[in-house]
Parts: sequence; C-alpha cells; structure tokens
Amino acid sequence: MLDVQNANAGYDTFQALFDVSLEVNAGEAVAVIGPNGAGKTTLMRMISGLIPIRAGEIRMEGRSLSEVRPHEIVELGIAHVPENRRLFPRMTVEDNLRMGAFTKTARPQFRERLDYIYELFPRMKERRLQYAGTMSGGEQQMCAIGRALMSKPKLLLMDEPSAGLAPVIVQQVFDLVRRIRQEGYTVLIVEQNVQQVLQVVDRAYLLEAGSLQTSGTAEELLASDQVREAYMGL
Amino acid sequence: MEQIFDIYLLEALINGLLFGGVLALLSLGLNLIFGVIDVVWICYAEIVMFGMYAIYWLHAVYGIPIVPAALLAIALTGAMGFLVHYLVISPILGSPPINQLLATGGLLFFLQSFATLLWGIEFRNLGLRLPVLQWGELYFSYARLLAFGIAVIGMIAIYLFLTRTYIGTAIRAISQDREIMTLMGVDSRRVYLVTSVVGGSLAGLAACLLVLQYDVHPFVGLSFGPITFVICVLGGLGNMIGGFIAAFILSEIISIGGFYAELEWGYVLAFAVFIVVMFIRPEGILSKKS
Ligand SMILES: Nc1ncnc2c1ncn2[C@@H]1O[C@H](COP(=O)(O)OP(=O)(O)OP(=O)(O)O)[C@@H](O)[C@H]1O
Ligand SMILES: [Mg+2]
Repeated sequence: MLDVQNANAGYDTFQALFDVSLEVNAGEAVAVIGPNGAGKTTLMRMISGLIPIRAGEIRMEGRSLSEVRPHEIVELGIAHVPENRRLFPRMTVEDNLRMGAFTKTARPQFRERLDYIYELFPRMKERRLQYAGTMSGGEQQMCAIGRALMSKPKLLLMDEPSAGLAPVIVQQVFDLVRRIRQEGYTVLIVEQNVQQVLQVVDRAYLLEAGSLQTSGTAEELLASDQVREAYMGL
Repeated sequence: MEQIFDIYLLEALINGLLFGGVLALLSLGLNLIFGVIDVVWICYAEIVMFGMYAIYWLHAVYGIPIVPAALLAIALTGAMGFLVHYLVISPILGSPPINQLLATGGLLFFLQSFATLLWGIEFRNLGLRLPVLQWGELYFSYARLLAFGIAVIGMIAIYLFLTRTYIGTAIRAISQDREIMTLMGVDSRRVYLVTSVVGGSLAGLAACLLVLQYDVHPFVGLSFGPITFVICVLGGLGNMIGGFIAAFILSEIISIGGFYAELEWGYVLAFAVFIVVMFIRPEGILSKKS
C-alpha cells in the first residue's frame, strides 16, 4: 500500500532522514521505533506532506505523492494523527471532527462518519460540544484519532499516541490501536513504548540517527538483543 | 424639563447603539482578516471608500437602482479584497509583520491618491432623502435604523458562514494551528483568499450603509478608519466577539460624550478610554488579566 524508497528529508541545512526505505502492506500494522531525535516524526511528516521529500520517492497504492500537492495527500487515503495530537483547542469536539472531513470526497459522508466515530468513541459523543482543549489527555487522543478517521483513510499514521498519558490511559490507547486494526485500517505507528507497541503490530522498523537499522516481525524485534537492551531496559 | 432631558439622553443612547452596529460590521471585516492571515489591512477604510464611490457612481450617476448598485459595489470591494491579498500580501506573507504593515499602509496612500486623481476632492452624496421616524417623543433617522438592521443581518450571515460551512470552520481553525491544516486537506492559500474576499465584501456592505448617511470623498476613510482600528485593538486583535462588544462600548461613549458636549469630545473621550484600557488590559477587554 505505502512504499517509501530511499527517501531523504530534513530542515534547512540539517538532514534528518538518510535513504529511508520502508513499506506497509494493506491490512498490516507496522511500527517505527527509535530513540529521541531519530527522525521518526520527520518520517511521518514527510509521508503526509508536511515537509517536502528531498530525494527518493513515496508511493501510495502505486501513485507517487510528488504528483499531488501536500494538502491533497489525505485524499489518497493517508490520514495523520500528529505528535502531541494538535487538536484545535478552542473549537468543539464536533468542529474538530468536521475539520477531519474537510476534503470534497469526505464531506458527503460527514454524518455517516460522525455516527461511526461516536459509536467507536461514545465518550466523544458526550463531549461533542466541549472545547477540545479542555478535555483530558486520553480524550484528546481519542478526538485526534477520530478526526483522522473522519476522512475514511486507508492508511492511518500515528505519531506517539501514548505520549504524555498516565499508565492506565496508555493501556487504553493501545487497546484503541487494536480496535482500529480490527476495523480494517492499515496502520503505521511511531512509539516510545516499544514493549507495548510490539504487542499490537505485525512488523517494525528500527530508526536511529535518521537511518533504518533493522526491521523484522514484532516477535523478531522483541527477541532481538539490540532492541531489548536499548529500548526495553532488559 | 427633567423629562425632556431624559428623552434626549435616551435618543443619544439609541443613536449610539445604531452607530455601534455599523462600527461592529467594520471591525468584523478587519478582525476576520487579521485572525486568519495575521495581517492588519491598514487600508481597510480606503476599500470602504471605494465601495462608497462605486455606489455613488452606479446609483446617483448611472441610475442603477440602489439594491443592484449596492450588490455590485459589494462585489467590487470583494474583488479588491482578492487583489489586495493576491498582489500585495501573498508575496510577502513570510516577511516580518512590519513589512506587511508598511505595504498595506502604502496601499492606503495609493488608494487615496488614486481616488483623488480619478474623482477630485469634492464631497459627493447619493442625494437620497430618507425620512425621519417619530415614535412618541423620540426621533430616529431612517437611514440609521436601516444601516443598523442591515449591519446586524450581515453579521448574522457571517456567523452562520463561520459556523455552518466547511470553509468557515477552516477559517476559525486556521489561526489555532496553521501547519496542521495541510493534514486536514485544507489549502491554506485558498482559505486566505476566501477570507480576503469576504473581508473585502464586508467593507463593501459597510460602504453601502455609510453612504446612506455620509458624503464620500477621497479622505473619508480617515473619519472612521482610526476608530475601527481602536475597536479591534480594544476587543483584542482578531477576536471577533471582543470587537463586537468594543464597537458598542465606544459608540455609546462617543454618542453620550457628544450629547453632553460636542461630538468631537465624544471621540476624544472614546480615545481616552481606549488608552486607559490599554494600560490595564493590553490584550483587549476580553483577555484574562496577566
Ligand atoms: N522544525 C525543525 N527544525 C530543525 N530541526 C528539526 C525540526 N524538527 C526536528 N528537527 C531535528 O530533526 C531530528 C529528528 O527529529 P524528529 O522530531 O523527527 O525526531 P523523533 O524521532 O520524532 O524524536 P522524538 O522521539 O523526540 O519525538 C532531530 O535532530 C531534531 O532536532
Ligand atoms: Mg517525534
């Protein structure tokens, strides 16, 4: 479904990603793990068009992303739950969800999708008229995921959905990720909670200092000494 | 004697309210643009001036009925809004705010001079004779009532646009997180252009209401441009609700000040209040105390 080939990206004179190649197949859940500053967020931002790709290529279902303008990428079926959620804090939950259905293809399905999200997250229905910025961290994460799902994406990018949440809530977030998989979405997820994320994905890539180091099935990485020592403190 | 005095005061209060409606409309356009694009259109009142000329020419000179003339004038200022953004603001969006201020400030002088060149400095008016309404012992100018009514309708229309449409929702969202708009599939450049057209059209609507009461000349922008800026700053730049409230506060101060002394004193008082409030609440009346 998603095919990234030898991609480079960065900020001004700083190069953050070096020849990154990865793929995500339809129906899969794939994790990208790595230390702080490795370039995980940069990778996600590059895929969803927030920063330009400098060399290499990204294809979504065979279509090169460089053929479309950045804001049109979401219409190819890629939705991004950004790092730190990035909700519109002074807008209601429902307005945030409405923004998720902004594209021409999503608008006609707004009602339907809204009901679907409210069914998935009944809490969001209770909070629908509350300002997004006044909700708890876990609720905000639900809202951010719901907003991304409003566009009926094929591929969901999630950047550290469990960051900054209390342990109980972290558990709920991973349950959420499981449910989203069951709903049939393909998922590419970045996480610091390596142990837990490897329980919910099929495969993972290890990114360090802008380069992919290893990749393998979740079981392989869980068993690998390299990952166990560096990221699970074992 | 007592009683008559009260009635005149009541009249001043009501006139302040009516005047506030038009000021609120003016500040809404400016606030909308600032809220979305983060640029103050110093030349906003000059776009209003062009709108007033447009109605004058279309209606008083070419004899087009007033309603179609007004709609054409609104379309013209909407187009001016588009051009201001497309030609002046958009190329310098990334540059420091002071450059953008200077650019729209320069445009102010350009538009004034352009109008002077085209139409000279004489005062022109529509020559409409609108009746004065009497209600008990109170007298109201029909033009003012009409202007207030249309301003309120215009503001309700903007409210519905901002809350009920996708592009309106994006306009409210964009100032809260510019970068993330791309992820929503929003083309920010389009949102900026739509906002500029709406802001320009609001200037045109205000022009329609002002031309009912005032003569038009190339410098007419100076007589309500500054008060519009003061309202926006008092309400908190970009804060549409704050601007709305500030418009009525200042118009009442002007009207009541004008009732006890001259109208000019009303303005002096309004600006004095503004300066005092700015010392207490530099971020506008609705801001939390820092
Ligand atoms: N806007 C920016 N301008 C310049 N450099 C940046 C910018 N954002 C990130 N970087 C740099 O790019 C590198 C990769 O950052 P990135 O945010 O992608 O890391 P990350 O793996 O997501 O880290 P974390 O786990 O802390 O979220 C870092 O060295 C960072 O300092
Ligand atoms: Mg990150």
